[in-house]
Amino acid sequence: MVALALGLSLFGVAMIYSAGVLNVPSPITEGAWRRQFLWLAVSLVAFVVISRVRAGWIEWIAYPTYGAAVILLAATLVVGTGAGTAEGVGRWIAVGPVRFQPAEFAKLAAVLGLARFLSSRDGSPESLKDLVAPATLMGLPLVLVMLQPDLGTALAFVGILFAGLYWAGTPPLLLFLLASPGIALILAFSTMVWSAYFVGLIVLIYLFRYRLYLAESVGILLANLAAGTVANPLWGQLADYQKNRLLVFLDPGMDPRGAGWNLIQSKVAIGSGGLTGKGFTQGTQKRLDFLPEQHTDFIFSVIGEELGFIGSVLVVLGFGFLLFRLVRMAEAVDDPFAGLVLFGIFGAWLVHIFINIGMTIGLVPITGIPLPFLSYGGTFLLTCWAFTALAVRLAQED
Amino acid sequence: MVVLVVLLGVLVVSFFRAQVVRGSSWALQSDSNRLRVLQIPAPRGTVFDRYGRIIADNVPSYSISLFPAPPDSIRSTLDRLQPLLELSPERIETLLEEARVNRRQPLLVTGNADYEAIAAVEERRAEFPGVFLEMRPRRRYLGGAALGHALGYVGEVSAAELESPLFEEYEQGMIVGKEGLERQYEHLLQGGQGIRYVEVDAVGRVVGSFEGQAAAPAVPGDELFLNLDLELMEFIHEIFPEDMRGAVVALNVEDGGVLALYSAPTFDPNDFVGGISRTLWEELNQDPSRPLYNRAAVGRYPPASTWKLATAAIGLELGVVEPDELMPTACYGSYTYQGVTRRCWRADGHGHQNMAGAIGHSCNVWFYQLGLRIGLERLVDEGTRLGFGEECGIDLPRETAGTFPESLDWWQRVFNYRPFENEVMALSIGQGPNDQTPLKMAQFYLALGRDGSAPSPQLIRSFESNPDTDWRLDLEESSLEALRDGLRHVTAPGGTAFLASLEHWDMIGKTGTAQGSPSQERAHAWFAGMAGPWDEDPEIVVVVLVEEGESGSAMAAPIASKAADFHLRRKYGMEVDTIQTLGEHLRTGTPAPWARWN
Repeated sequence: MVALALGLSLFGVAMIYSAGVLNVPSPITEGAWRRQFLWLAVSLVAFVVISRVRAGWIEWIAYPTYGAAVILLAATLVVGTGAGTAEGVGRWIAVGPVRFQPAEFAKLAAVLGLARFLSSRDGSPESLKDLVAPATLMGLPLVLVMLQPDLGTALAFVGILFAGLYWAGTPPLLLFLLASPGIALILAFSTMVWSAYFVGLIVLIYLFRYRLYLAESVGILLANLAAGTVANPLWGQLADYQKNRLLVFLDPGMDPRGAGWNLIQSKVAIGSGGLTGKGFTQGTQKRLDFLPEQHTDFIFSVIGEELGFIGSVLVVLGFGFLLFRLVRMAEAVDDPFAGLVLFGIFGAWLVHIFINIGMTIGLVPITGIPLPFLSYGGTFLLTCWAFTALAVRLAQED
Repeated sequence: MVVLVVLLGVLVVSFFRAQVVRGSSWALQSDSNRLRVLQIPAPRGTVFDRYGRIIADNVPSYSISLFPAPPDSIRSTLDRLQPLLELSPERIETLLEEARVNRRQPLLVTGNADYEAIAAVEERRAEFPGVFLEMRPRRRYLGGAALGHALGYVGEVSAAELESPLFEEYEQGMIVGKEGLERQYEHLLQGGQGIRYVEVDAVGRVVGSFEGQAAAPAVPGDELFLNLDLELMEFIHEIFPEDMRGAVVALNVEDGGVLALYSAPTFDPNDFVGGISRTLWEELNQDPSRPLYNRAAVGRYPPASTWKLATAAIGLELGVVEPDELMPTACYGSYTYQGVTRRCWRADGHGHQNMAGAIGHSCNVWFYQLGLRIGLERLVDEGTRLGFGEECGIDLPRETAGTFPESLDWWQRVFNYRPFENEVMALSIGQGPNDQTPLKMAQFYLALGRDGSAPSPQLIRSFESNPDTDWRLDLEESSLEALRDGLRHVTAPGGTAFLASLEHWDMIGKTGTAQGSPSQERAHAWFAGMAGPWDEDPEIVVVVLVEEGESGSAMAAPIASKAADFHLRRKYGMEVDTIQTLGEHLRTGTPAPWARWN
């Protein structure tokens, strides 16, 4: 696993180097690979340190870490600054010369906090009531991150929550019901679809009525109803760029030079890569600056363009193996806390990997979410390696 | 686990779909993203004069254009280019308007950027996204102002032109002929644009070389070989009196080719290349002497006495007069018919004379009588048949037809009265409702110098003259000789243009002094004639018109003589002297032992 992570990281540095090879060089992307390399060194040091920490100590530190993360996130809202290609949003906190994203740290903290919480309970959650506390635990950082606003990272918390709950033995029906208001929110764009969904939901609750309390059932339905109702006002609350991203996901041609640009150019880049790609550093879409954010969120488009289908699949398989290893490790450990942490990491990464790669090819709407180990970003790389260290450390404990 | 496999499977499948199944179409889109098609302008065809001298060719020049972009971005780019290219605020507005109308076409900012401007833009290329520089052939007119009216000029094709069927296959930014020969033979001279690709980045900056990859080279326009004589044109431009308005037309007797077609004042067509400046354009258009007006082919003037040869030719043709015949009434200064008395220009009269004498002295009384013999109706019919109401068919985009009554109904239609028979008196001496272009008069004199036929005067040499447009005077060679003999009297001792006679050539012709419109302060001066070696057929026909030149003999005739002398001397390999006419010899005190004094 460590070898795979290291391989991916080095591959990431190489791709970030390639992303900087433009016909009209930009100071932001040109030296990025060097900085990423530096961060990788820092990350490896962190990895070594964290992987030597006692497992018990990790469990002990979970809540304080979570608390610190929430405080940091709250602080970010006040003193956060923008950076790089994401200049407009306050996601960074500067401490002297070092700038980092508290949201990344919060993911780590959230995994630990949730694992600690769920492992401290007896048995698995049996009712929706049991889900309220963990949902709140994740909801707090999620809302704080959303306020930055950083929709992509916020989704990671959802991934962590559901992964944790699943691993803790929550019945899938409950997970579905927990997710149902969110689904209602998405489906609310069409009254017809939403109505059908709502009827289906009522039928579902009726079928499983013996598993639920009446109050819960009513609560779920009300939540869904509320979600469906507030969807439109909420839509109005979204920032314009967020709205546009969702709209162009449905129809990229709507605004080809504006909001649809990223998606179209990314698809063109990946598609034109063909089976074997245009060759390392040779991608024209990237080289001529058609690709946006080519060293961060859209690093995979560069991979697709330059290394083709073969390269893309190898990377996807690499990630698949990484995730597979995490599941295996989680299954292997006896300690519930360790298992929960491992599976929480799985949840967070799965969300990152699927949404990031999926958005480059138009499977999911564009959300600013980086690709683990590959995307440029110091804090993010450090977090990934911290996760790796935790995984390795906790898996060794047994 | 299942979730993991499904999600990653979905990713792999969609990549397979995008990269392997539809890869080629995306690849195409990637190419169309990065490659821009640019036209390679074709060099216009070179134009040669009759001796093979280049009168119009191309030199390399640099143009600055903008790729299509939103108006705001075009405006800001133009604002930033402004100090480098010295664009006026009006020019910027014009360009923005053009960009608005043709959003998808590159916008030509200047077709004639100097080297410093190019270097300055090139140095700061990153500051000028969407700006591209290219080498374009630039038109050069070696004859300058001397050939302005004949050659015309080029300019960027206008929006209105693009909508006309003539310019169906043209695109914005192309350089086309606007006037003169450049317009007439636009489709020969244009050539075929080539195509090249340049690689551009997302903001439209050209990366790599501006040359790009040529996919199809440009095909240069066809070469034109003209009948014009560059040096003769320059000579005429030089000798034409400064500040005078007028025209000179010289035709080659052998084939009717146009040796010179000059209109004064003129303009330098080089000023139009790469876009004429607004101030110069306004200056040219507002100048009361109308430098853009081609007096040789478009200007119409009462032909006055130069038209007496037409009356004489018609009389001979109809057989109503013999060359040696004396008219019954001798000239005593005036002639009265049906109670209308018309005067001769010489108050004490010319006495009895034959046709040659009447032509030589330009006697009105003799021609009144000839006119009356011909009769108004026949004069009108024959004059019309000789084409005095038509265009010559010269290969220029603009030519005006002469004004001449085509029948007796003409008076009714135009003036609303039936003409009296005495109208023929005015017509027979080149007055009345008769206005001709210098070019038309040259064509008529061409017929006199030849066998009575005259093809359409052509500027281009490679074209066959169309026999259908030829017309001819049905005259015996002896009658033509008699007419020419009359013309010879004009430059003979006692003739009106004796001082215009030449040493080496038999210069013959007719002067004319036209009292035109009341707005005209002085009379227009005409001379229409021809010259050739002594005792041989004429070889060059020259017509000179000087607006308000007052005297045909003093003003117009020497210009015609000097031009004919210049042409013939060079043709026969003789040195050209600045003192040519008898008048010049006398004025400068240079002996002229050759002069015939009686």
